[in-house]
Amino acid sequence: MSVAPMSAPSMTAHEREEIETHEQRALGFWLYLMGDAVIFALLFATYAIMIPGTDGGPTGKELFELDNAAIETALLLVSSMTFGFASLQVKAGNRGAVLLWLAITFVLGAAFVFLEVREFAGMIAKGAGPDRSGFLSAFFTLVGTHGVHVTMGLIWIVVLGAQVALKGLTLPVASRLYRLGLFWHFLDIAWVGIFSIVYLPGLL
Amino acid sequence: MFGKLTIEALPLYSPIAAGGAAVTVGGALLVAIVLTYLKAWKYLWTDWLTSVDHKRIGIMYVVLALIMLLRGFVDALMMRAQQAMALNSGGYLPPEHFDQIFSSHGTIMIFFMAMPFMTGLMNVIVPLQIGTRDVAFPWLNAVSLWLSAAGAALVMVSLVIGKFSTAGWTGYPPYSGIEYNPGVGVDYWIWAILISGVGSTMSGINFIVTILKRRAPGMTLMRMTPFVWTALVASVLMAFAFPAITVACGLLALDRLAGMHFFTNAHGGNMMNYVNLFWIWGHPEVYILILPAFGIFSEVVSTFSRKRLFGYESLVYATAAIGILSFTVWLHHFFTMGSSANVNAFFGVMTMIIAVPTGVKVFNWLLTMYRGRIEFHPSMMWSIGFIVTFVIGGMTGVLLAIPPADFLMHNTTFLVAHFHNMIIPGVLFGYLAGYMYWFPKAFGFAFHRGWGLGAFWCWIIGFYLAFMPLYLLGLKGMPRRMETYNDPTWQPYLLVAASGALVVLCGIGCMVMQLYVSIRDRAKTRDLTGDPFDGRTLEWSTSSPPPPYNFAVIPTVGDREAFLEMKEKGIAYRRPAAYEPIRIPSNTPIGVILGAFGFVLGFAMVWHIWWLVLASGLVLFAAVIVRSSNDDQEFTMSAAEVKAIEDQRYRQLGSRS
Amino acid sequence: MIDPKGPIALAERNLLFDAFCVMMIVVVPVIVLTLWFAWRYRASNTKAVYAPTWANSVKIDALTWLIPAVIVIAVAVLLWRATHRLDPYRPLESKEPPIDVQVVAQDWKWLFIYPEQGIAVVNQLVFPAGRPVSLRITSDTVMNSFYVPQLAGQIYAMAGMQTRLQMLADQPGTFVGRNSQYSGGGYSQQHFEVKAMNQADFDAWVARAKQGGTRLDATTYPALAAQSRANPITYYSTVEPKLFDSIIDKYRHSGHAHSAPVRR
Repeated sequence: MSVAPMSAPSMTAHEREEIETHEQRALGFWLYLMGDAVIFALLFATYAIMIPGTDGGPTGKELFELDNAAIETALLLVSSMTFGFASLQVKAGNRGAVLLWLAITFVLGAAFVFLEVREFAGMIAKGAGPDRSGFLSAFFTLVGTHGVHVTMGLIWIVVLGAQVALKGLTLPVASRLYRLGLFWHFLDIAWVGIFSIVYLPGLL
Repeated sequence: MFGKLTIEALPLYSPIAAGGAAVTVGGALLVAIVLTYLKAWKYLWTDWLTSVDHKRIGIMYVVLALIMLLRGFVDALMMRAQQAMALNSGGYLPPEHFDQIFSSHGTIMIFFMAMPFMTGLMNVIVPLQIGTRDVAFPWLNAVSLWLSAAGAALVMVSLVIGKFSTAGWTGYPPYSGIEYNPGVGVDYWIWAILISGVGSTMSGINFIVTILKRRAPGMTLMRMTPFVWTALVASVLMAFAFPAITVACGLLALDRLAGMHFFTNAHGGNMMNYVNLFWIWGHPEVYILILPAFGIFSEVVSTFSRKRLFGYESLVYATAAIGILSFTVWLHHFFTMGSSANVNAFFGVMTMIIAVPTGVKVFNWLLTMYRGRIEFHPSMMWSIGFIVTFVIGGMTGVLLAIPPADFLMHNTTFLVAHFHNMIIPGVLFGYLAGYMYWFPKAFGFAFHRGWGLGAFWCWIIGFYLAFMPLYLLGLKGMPRRMETYNDPTWQPYLLVAASGALVVLCGIGCMVMQLYVSIRDRAKTRDLTGDPFDGRTLEWSTSSPPPPYNFAVIPTVGDREAFLEMKEKGIAYRRPAAYEPIRIPSNTPIGVILGAFGFVLGFAMVWHIWWLVLASGLVLFAAVIVRSSNDDQEFTMSAAEVKAIEDQRYRQLGSRS
Repeated sequence: MIDPKGPIALAERNLLFDAFCVMMIVVVPVIVLTLWFAWRYRASNTKAVYAPTWANSVKIDALTWLIPAVIVIAVAVLLWRATHRLDPYRPLESKEPPIDVQVVAQDWKWLFIYPEQGIAVVNQLVFPAGRPVSLRITSDTVMNSFYVPQLAGQIYAMAGMQTRLQMLADQPGTFVGRNSQYSGGGYSQQHFEVKAMNQADFDAWVARAKQGGTRLDATTYPALAAQSRANPITYYSTVEPKLFDSIIDKYRHSGHAHSAPVRR
């Protein structure tokens, strides 16, 4: 969980304190993610309960396109990988490469959000919006909550990209990048859940 | 421009509602005038509102809780008066007004009285008891406080602009849905809970990290005080249960705002899912509130029995067991929803199992008193009153956990009496015991004992008078939340209950007097040692009030009763050879800003003022980004400054001996 | 105190009393000991033994866990059996044939439909004493809770769903039924009369109800279902068959199973 080399005897008390601070933030962020996971778990459960509540309207089978979901999955998984490269470059202290990988991650994430928004817009245009049935309310809310998280992640990438550019890879900036990484990988896991609980069974 | 907000929103529909609004506005104005007269605004802003010191944040939480206790209690008095009068008549409140009152009473007492009171006591005491200088995330702590205040402010504003929810503190759909409740009341309720809920979740995370990562050297987990243990378990529950109410209220908001069908009668909605989500949070919430109170009782009983706490390990395991079990019993809130006998029986048995660790705790407090030297400080009286009264509430809880008995008693005043029997003696008495116990620590002067004892006796007598009749009425089949009734045999009981509320009013009067007298006499009752009760734990080793950094030198802990051990070994109050500079988090207005715009956002959501939603949302976003990009959040207090403060402290100690 | 007039309410109340008595085994000693210890070990009583460091005893620790555990096991056994025996979905055993009544919660009144007799009544539930009454309950509005304290206990009424409750009155008599789940402005007056009669009186009551000449069907139903407070008792001499099912079905789209796990 540590974000920096373990405290060496040569460190000042202040430096040790600063490392401890970032360790505490890492733990706090893990706890936040676990709380967020509870939110997703409850939204998943709600979705599962509401699958039959289509009110005579369209079902998942009629609405979902596997191609689109598969491309979204690929984009997000690859973006997790590119974020991983960015993290490696943080350790190497290579500022330019960090910025490059963050930019690539951003583009992949933005493409994901674009595809999701397009899917949503298409469904709403077909009269299958979130107000059509309980099932669709649950679908839009579950998938949309994930989409909002990704969007927040994109904004965060921009903010931290700016910090890397302006401040360099200082300890605070590196520790923020570490937490952004946790967040970004977490969204991957949540998406894998969505893909396997929402899209795949909806089509089988 | 103003969404649904028009001049019609003013509460001119009834003189009583208008009166309530006038008192709210008048009270706020009065406070503003007094502050201006005292020229206290600048002091208030720099020393309190922008403070990130856990002690000050804790005190502000408790102030918020006490103010909301008054508001919630006025609601209670009004309900008791209505029911005492309303035999075959409308009483003095129309149904639409009575319904707002029982809804706001429950919402306020749980979310804006009990939660801030608990979080406040945790804030003041936990860092002191674990021997650290602050919580893990000081400015996040301030944000939590101000989001709670924003939620409370939304509930208060609903008195003046628009109406509050009539759907009860549980807000069950479909009644709380847009189809049956098109007004703004339910929205006020939703946004007050969502906004303060974010604050509570973050408090939970903050205290988990603080307790796990910032304990003084030598303080192993099994050397933590019982209050810290209960605070830890309550924090875990906060971090993982509050997401459930966020989901429940969030989905209800989507139903209301976006025409979705999560909980509607038709179109594939499922109201039972709301009930489940609500209580998946709601039952752990009971333990979020009561576990820290148990911790306080443990500290108080041990201190005022002058005896080591009996069965510490048992208490710790019992606390952890309660924490885990609290997530497995939520269905007992709705045995009457038609689940199968197996499901009902399972949740009934799980509920009873919680009675085992709870019973263990009661025995441990008893055995701590056994062969002690008991001093009847008000905090000890709250604890004794608690044990005696709480076992009655626990017993009625076990009765309600039997599904067929619950078919008879559910939704009656028996249920109302039961949960008040848990929450008043269990939760509130615990917080009041903590409040009276740690007051000298927080402020540096004594808290008047006589008025404290008066408050205790009024509260406990008032409690029995107010709620024992409700048990009996429940056994006679009186449903809760009745604005009028036609059974003349109920009225005598309701009159007694109303008299009980009046006795509690006297208790609140005593609490006000206690504050007044204690503050008036503060010069004479200074706590010079920081240890007025011959304390056992680390918070008593610092001065009262503690310096900004709590401990000039972080103590090394050798025993569960760390400070008592130091006193016995003669190493308490020992001065270090030299002081070191200390890093202290700088004050920041970020908490107030987020709270203020959180309030504006909630208000705009309630009234559908979309441009304001967008504007306040952007401000919140920008504020978080700016703050989180800030690398320099601390300042250094030099060794000389620390020495000056400590010199003062040792002069005080010397002057006493 | 609840004065049960039928076997279900009686069994539920007895359960309450039995559990109460078991609990008293621990509640009374705890209260007495608390007060006694507080007095006995008061600081001013210097004659009492003082053991400031006595804080551990494996034997006593075991007892503090065992005593509550034994009590809880005892009550849990009671609970498990009673919950199955008194499952509100389980038909009552009786020599007499049960009478079916369908119950609809409305704002703010109760509609009782007698499918066999073909009549309906607002705010009055009448049945022969000694015969089990088998209730099917739904709501045409928000969640309600159908509650007859002296005969049956309660169960929620929810739109688009059906819940069940059984009751039986030993003797003829008049009782009160209520909604116990807050449902809006008229909630406090949403009570109804429950009358158990002997069979002959019941038959006469049905015959009288059939003479009114008013019919409850898809055209007259909406006016009844509209919000109203403190409704008088109203009789419908004929009822459209399947009206109860249609009230449930209108909240569910035809051809699709509802998501709610409805127990029939």
